[in-house]
Amino acid sequence: MPLAARLEGVSFGYRPGQYVLEDVSLELGEGEFVAVAGPNGGGKTTLVRLVLGLERPSAGQALLYGETAHRFSRRRTLGYLAQRTALGGDAPATVREVVSAGRLAAGSLVGPLRRRDRDLVAEAIERVGLTPWADVPVRTLSGGMQQRVFIAKALAGEPSLLVLDEPTTGVDAESQESLAALLDRLHSELGVTIIYVSHEFGAVEHFVERIVLVRRTIVFDGSPAELPGMWHDPSHVHARE
Amino acid sequence: MLENEFMRLAFGAGAVVGVLAPAVGFFLVQRRQSLTGDGIGHVAFAGVAAGILLDVAPVLTALVFAIVGGMAIELLRARGSTAGDQALALVFYTGIALGVVLISAGGALNVDLFQYLFGSILTVTRSDLVLIAVLGVIGLAVVGLLYRALAGVVLDEEGARVAGVPIGALNVLVAALAAVTVALSMRVVGILLVAALMVLPVTAASRIAWSMRSTFALSMAVGLLSALLGLTISYYADLPPGGTIVLVAAGAFAACATVGSLRGV
Repeated sequence: MPLAARLEGVSFGYRPGQYVLEDVSLELGEGEFVAVAGPNGGGKTTLVRLVLGLERPSAGQALLYGETAHRFSRRRTLGYLAQRTALGGDAPATVREVVSAGRLAAGSLVGPLRRRDRDLVAEAIERVGLTPWADVPVRTLSGGMQQRVFIAKALAGEPSLLVLDEPTTGVDAESQESLAALLDRLHSELGVTIIYVSHEFGAVEHFVERIVLVRRTIVFDGSPAELPGMWHDPSHVHARE
Repeated sequence: MLENEFMRLAFGAGAVVGVLAPAVGFFLVQRRQSLTGDGIGHVAFAGVAAGILLDVAPVLTALVFAIVGGMAIELLRARGSTAGDQALALVFYTGIALGVVLISAGGALNVDLFQYLFGSILTVTRSDLVLIAVLGVIGLAVVGLLYRALAGVVLDEEGARVAGVPIGALNVLVAALAAVTVALSMRVVGILLVAALMVLPVTAASRIAWSMRSTFALSMAVGLLSALLGLTISYYADLPPGGTIVLVAAGAFAACATVGSLRGV
């Protein structure tokens, strides 16, 4: 299987000598749907920031589709929903306006959206089931629906790798279920590689093919079925150390 | 009123600045950088002082200083080594201190600084208006062409950075546009009130708008209305134009906030 991302003996610290991640090696194949979990402060977000080239390893190397991650040349193929992504600004941006921003990297920066871009935006909104709310201000929607808006924004850029960092923070259980089902559908329909970061699995555990547990280093990497019982709550990963 | 040429020129300058200031201020307000215009304005004050000292047109030196100040705020903020408000404070105070020192060194404390601090729209000449109109139209054209990119960065800067959108270049462009706007608006409302015209129309519009694009359009409409109505009131009531324009903009905010709360926005 061709690799989407690869970390080779990666260590990283925000301060010299204090590693958040130590000697992490990981391979993520194209088309995989992977959950990255672990306790808060365990290094999950740092791991995906290294994968995306937003941070440079202190040691080892991070590769994206075979290229050094922080110098990756095809960034327009990456979709990222950052932790606690909130709508910037005070203006009442509509669903369509937010999702349109997802076409910035792939389309032109200058002038209005072209017809094909507008079609892709409408398609992304439809995929996440928000067509009836397309021209409604995002801030009037529920937390779960707002997360769908940002997923649609990422999808509008036609990504080959989609990274979602804690997408269900502050979202009710029912919305978490439907978000996990939506991601599963997108994964099977579009073949997009998905990295789903969370300090708890919730519903997504039933859909992912592989779980990676991180606590400064990788303490588990396998299918959900192989996961030891007590680790189904990843905030307790430390209990087995 | 319009039989007086100075009023026709004032209306021309007021109209351009009334539209341009909120068009650029829109992106600063959305990025929670409402006071950036103030910071740049204080650096522009140092530019005015340098112009007086060097016997060069103060508007031109103010423009150069404002662009340098705008870049400094943006670069300090973007490098992450200095928090946004501290970067602003650093540039803000350095600018005003430099202005005071330069004015004093040039023995120009007797110069009527009031026209730069509080505006002097009634003294706008034809050549001033041409400069304001040309730079204003260029500024508006840049904002119009790049509206989608600038708005997209406001909505989700981190997502845009990952996808390879040139965030740094767009942020520097906003700082440069803000600097040009401050230098042009200086004649209309003055350095002390320049940021008000960049911020108040936008905050007013966001209370009654139904989308980001409508907020942008309404901001410019409120800015234009404030400039024209403020000038008219100042003419008939014999009030200072700069302060009157800003008070009208503040009144527009109060009206829009009331309408917005009645509609439950």
